[in-house]
Amino acid sequence: MDEHLKTELRKQGIVATTLQELYNWGRKNSLWPLNFGLACCAIEMIAASMARYDMARFGAEVFRPSPRQADLMIVAGTVTKKMAPQVVRLYNQMAEPKYVISMGACAISGGPFKQGYNVLKGIDRYIPVDVYIPGCPPRPEALIDALMTLQKLIDKQSLTGADRPRHLQAEAPSEFIVPRFGAHDLEPPQNPEVWDAPLVNISLAGTDDAGKH
Amino acid sequence: MTLENIKSEMEANVPGCVLEIVGNPSPSGQHSLRIDPAHAVAIATFLRDAEHLRFDYCSNVTGIDWPGKEISEKVKAKKLVDGAEQEVEEIRKTQTIGHLEVVYHLYSMEKKHGPVILRMRTEDRAEGVHLPSLTHVWRSADFQEREIFDLYGVIFDGHPDLRRILMWDGFQDHPMRKDYVEPDDYEYEPTAHDQVLERARQHRTVMGAQ
Ligand code: SF4
Repeated sequence: MDEHLKTELRKQGIVATTLQELYNWGRKNSLWPLNFGLACCAIEMIAASMARYDMARFGAEVFRPSPRQADLMIVAGTVTKKMAPQVVRLYNQMAEPKYVISMGACAISGGPFKQGYNVLKGIDRYIPVDVYIPGCPPRPEALIDALMTLQKLIDKQSLTGADRPRHLQAEAPSEFIVPRFGAHDLEPPQNPEVWDAPLVNISLAGTDDAGKH
Repeated sequence: MTLENIKSEMEANVPGCVLEIVGNPSPSGQHSLRIDPAHAVAIATFLRDAEHLRFDYCSNVTGIDWPGKEISEKVKAKKLVDGAEQEVEEIRKTQTIGHLEVVYHLYSMEKKHGPVILRMRTEDRAEGVHLPSLTHVWRSADFQEREIFDLYGVIFDGHPDLRRILMWDGFQDHPMRKDYVEPDDYEYEPTAHDQVLERARQHRTVMGAQ
């Protein structure tokens, strides 16, 4: 519908909208996060939800204690290999539509503990992540920025067509492999369905191969 | 109360115990006392209960891995050279087997002194080496002995609840041992440097990536 016509109509007290707009508006303004934190980043997440930063302004203040009632998983903190199966299991238990924010260096890549013997090198090895926030820890403003980024992403989604969101595609998976504890590492060490080593490989910097896969 | 005093007192009170003072050459000069595992519980109980010592607080328990190393020493040997006996210098190489060590830091809350540092060594670095647990003497050693069991693989005899504490139950390695081989998950290292860079390169060769 023509934007100009819409504003004109609104002046006359007539609201015209589409189902898609209404649907996206509803989803993006009631992103209820799952109530869990894994390490120091969770403290910033808590701060973001309290009065000073007031995440309630964005409809995301209702931290739910049950994955069944949550829409948003904020992976805030170090994901140890011992904890990773539980995180994936919680994600699997959340109802669609569901989103993931990977908060802080640890959740993105393992952060300061990347080479540790018991730290997962990024939660995106097992579940799809929508928004990453760098930082150690990211400030509450950064979390709010991530939330607004996610809202924009949701707002842009179209409900029909090939690029419709995952929860509207019957064949798209909503559950992912829960890794098992192996003798030396998690099994599998990553889920190839969701994770691929990124293309840019700085570890080859200075060689002729830099930038290649 | 010096460590020498404590040592001689223990020798008098715990018959048969073998003690050795391990010097610390650093400025802190925190010398420690190496005790023999067979008398460890008796020694610990004595330290805790003796009227003037009263080491009632075990603040820290930790492990150390001493891998075996090659020692080369010059020895003079008599040899037959051209029919005549001559003295020649040879380099003899010996391989030590290494050991695991457990260290306890003790303080006295009541007497306000400390620390006294105890060390215990295993015979070798084999899988499933044993040392006596001191958890029954100092309750605070409980979790830390479990940690050493988990990360170094020392089995503490007499520990009330010896399970892994950081890694999962089915895990088989001991990550803090110096010969621990970590899983090869170096496919993406955005800030690789030094050893990590080396590991990342190795990963690429192993996986046959371009
Ligand atoms: S990214 Fe930094 S602040 Fe966040 S959990 Fe890791 S170490 Fe803690």
